[in-house]
Amino acid sequence: MEKRGELISKLQEVQEKFGFISESEIKRLSDELEIFPVQIYEVITFYTQFRLTPPGKHKILVCQGTACHVMGGKDLLEYLKSKFEINEGETTPDGKFSLERVACLGCCGMAPVVVVDEDFYGRMTIQKIDEILKKYD
Amino acid sequence: MTEKKILICAGTSGISAGACEVFDKFKNLISKNSLKISVIKTGDRGLFRDVLVDVILDGKRTTYELVKPEDVDEIFEKHILNGEIVKRLTAKEEYENFFKPQMRIVLKNCGLIDPEDINDYIKTGGYKSLEKVLKQKPEEVIVEIKKSGLRGRGGAGFPTGLKWELARKSSDIEKFVICNADEGDPGAFMDRSILEGDPHSVIEGMIIAGYCIGANTGIIYCRAEYPVAIKRIKIAIKQAQEKNFLGEKIFNSNFSFKILLKQGAGAFVCGEETALIASLEGKRGMPRPRPPFPAQKGLWGKPTVINNVETLANIPRIIENGARWYSKIGTKKSKGTKVFALAGNIKNTGLVEIPMGTTIRELIFGPGGGMQNKRKKLKAVQIGGPSGGCIPESLIDTPIDYESITKTGAIMGSGGFIVMDESTCMVDITKFFLSFTVAESCGKCPPCRIGLKRMLEILEKITKGEGSKTDIEMLRELALMIKKTALCGLGNTAPNPVLTTLNYFLDEYMEHIEEKKCRAKVCVELLKFRVIEEKCKKCGLCFKACPVSAIEWEKGKIAKIINEKCIKCRACIKVCPWDAIE
Ligand SMILES: Cc1cc2nc3c(=O)[nH]c(=O)nc-3n(C[C@H](O)[C@H](O)[C@H](O)COP(=O)(O)O)c2cc1C
Repeated sequence: MEKRGELISKLQEVQEKFGFISESEIKRLSDELEIFPVQIYEVITFYTQFRLTPPGKHKILVCQGTACHVMGGKDLLEYLKSKFEINEGETTPDGKFSLERVACLGCCGMAPVVVVDEDFYGRMTIQKIDEILKKYD
Repeated sequence: MTEKKILICAGTSGISAGACEVFDKFKNLISKNSLKISVIKTGDRGLFRDVLVDVILDGKRTTYELVKPEDVDEIFEKHILNGEIVKRLTAKEEYENFFKPQMRIVLKNCGLIDPEDINDYIKTGGYKSLEKVLKQKPEEVIVEIKKSGLRGRGGAGFPTGLKWELARKSSDIEKFVICNADEGDPGAFMDRSILEGDPHSVIEGMIIAGYCIGANTGIIYCRAEYPVAIKRIKIAIKQAQEKNFLGEKIFNSNFSFKILLKQGAGAFVCGEETALIASLEGKRGMPRPRPPFPAQKGLWGKPTVINNVETLANIPRIIENGARWYSKIGTKKSKGTKVFALAGNIKNTGLVEIPMGTTIRELIFGPGGGMQNKRKKLKAVQIGGPSGGCIPESLIDTPIDYESITKTGAIMGSGGFIVMDESTCMVDITKFFLSFTVAESCGKCPPCRIGLKRMLEILEKITKGEGSKTDIEMLRELALMIKKTALCGLGNTAPNPVLTTLNYFLDEYMEHIEEKKCRAKVCVELLKFRVIEEKCKKCGLCFKACPVSAIEWEKGKIAKIINEKCIKCRACIKVCPWDAIE
């Protein structure tokens, strides 16, 4: 019974390594933890962190917390959606950027916040974001 | 004390402003010149004027603010080598005003010690409380915590001592202590800052909790979105093990305790204690009905005490200074201090710790420094995140304690404190919170899964200008019904933003419905994106701000928006100082 408690940590490891969770990894974990694949699948689909498809080369996270919302985070997200012509959770056709929203990054003092890969950018504006994204190839 | 130190605030926000570069530069210069000065990375101090740097020489502390990597040479040359303070960069009055009215108990060490060095924590008296506790009977310690009046800081305000007592009484051999660091409330970052700035205080609190209830395992459940905090917790656990504050026979007593770190996977509802437990058991994070309470039947069916980060960080201080000291702070029913995360349209954003009973006004105009934009009036304060409510300007003399805040229709919550000025639309902000709770609803109980969605649809209709008067009645009815019938705290409190805004800002709802007008100019469907010629001062700011060149303007001419090109991003509205775009 306790083995199953490792599931989420294991999934996090897999995603860290491959960027997403593939069918073969689900199979492997199901053998290892002695649970059915469906029990893994239901967990993957519940938590927003996990993805079943490969991500883009760079991940753009646009914070949609309260402070960011008040300071224009939604405008930023909408702008990036129209700029790349993709929806949140999707990847640009050239595979360069994937766009995601995050509920709150807890850096409300620097709202609105955008994170590209591991870099945090605070007090973002539509003009600044264009400049910043040019740095990522 | 002739200690020579350079402290660099390097929490998440400091790092994003270049704290690591500043740190590296100082470190290089110090070692190149073979000086005996320690350069230390601390957690964020609370005020976001990054990068903050303290230079401590010969017992004198000088604080620099907004330091950029390129400023380091100057500070080094002038101040460190020649003892001449760089006036241009010293912290201004605001810094003083921000910290002076505060009472820092939980945040005592944040920004002042090296969170990655246990010896720094020990020097401030750290782990003394643990040593003291281990010489007492668990029951005596619980009595002390009960006497202090400490209530849970995770939102609900349940008395901590009582919770521990309940778990203590259970005869199970295996028990657990869980530190809830899932801080998912948008707008809250107290717990992150505590973990980044003073992780050992939380660990010490957990060990004490473990001793009191009779648990040998603790688990910190931290959001994966907090990489800096996670790294520092890991370091702290390792160092505490090395010093034998964690492990077997702590302080040569018979008590053993270990702490594991688990990362959340991005589900707000997992902050709810029973959902958190489900998640730790490798399941979907869905709450279950209580009772039985986790203190009776928790993780793997064993008695489990779940406490919030800030609650636990209070514990060593209470033991150190005594319950009587603690219970003198605050109001009759709300003891101690509360940490708030100030954000939104306020001048000083950051972390503030104030005694309970301080009024909302004192908080905004004291440490908060007032409104960010002096020309815009305060409209409301949102306390308690998606479970909380919007308190209008007319009620800002309300004291901050559990009971008074609840009376306004909001809740104390975990400490999110968002100040909103006239540029916030109250219908839109309500829609925002509801879309958050709809997205985060786990789907187990129908009132939350279906009811919240229906409310959100109504709000969407209203912000598009398609609402009717009966919608208001419907909203109210749904809100009250969901509050009563939802399974867990998420659903029970999700209607609060709706109820408080309906209560205090009904006129704004009516404007959207009857006049198809959004006075804050937020609801894009109600905006025309047209320049009001009489108001335009021909400054060209909108022209420069437009990311898609949808504005025509020349010097001395009135600006014009080309609607075919416009993507309605509101960049022009935000920069126009003349309120000339409708
Ligand atoms: C939807 C929801 C989310 C919650 N999120 C958190 C959280 O992020 N952190 C937290 O400490 N408590 C959170 N809580 C409260 C916990 O269920 C629990 O009451 C708390 O951790 C107990 O600790 P305390 O007594 O020290 O406050 C949440 C509750 C609900 C209903």
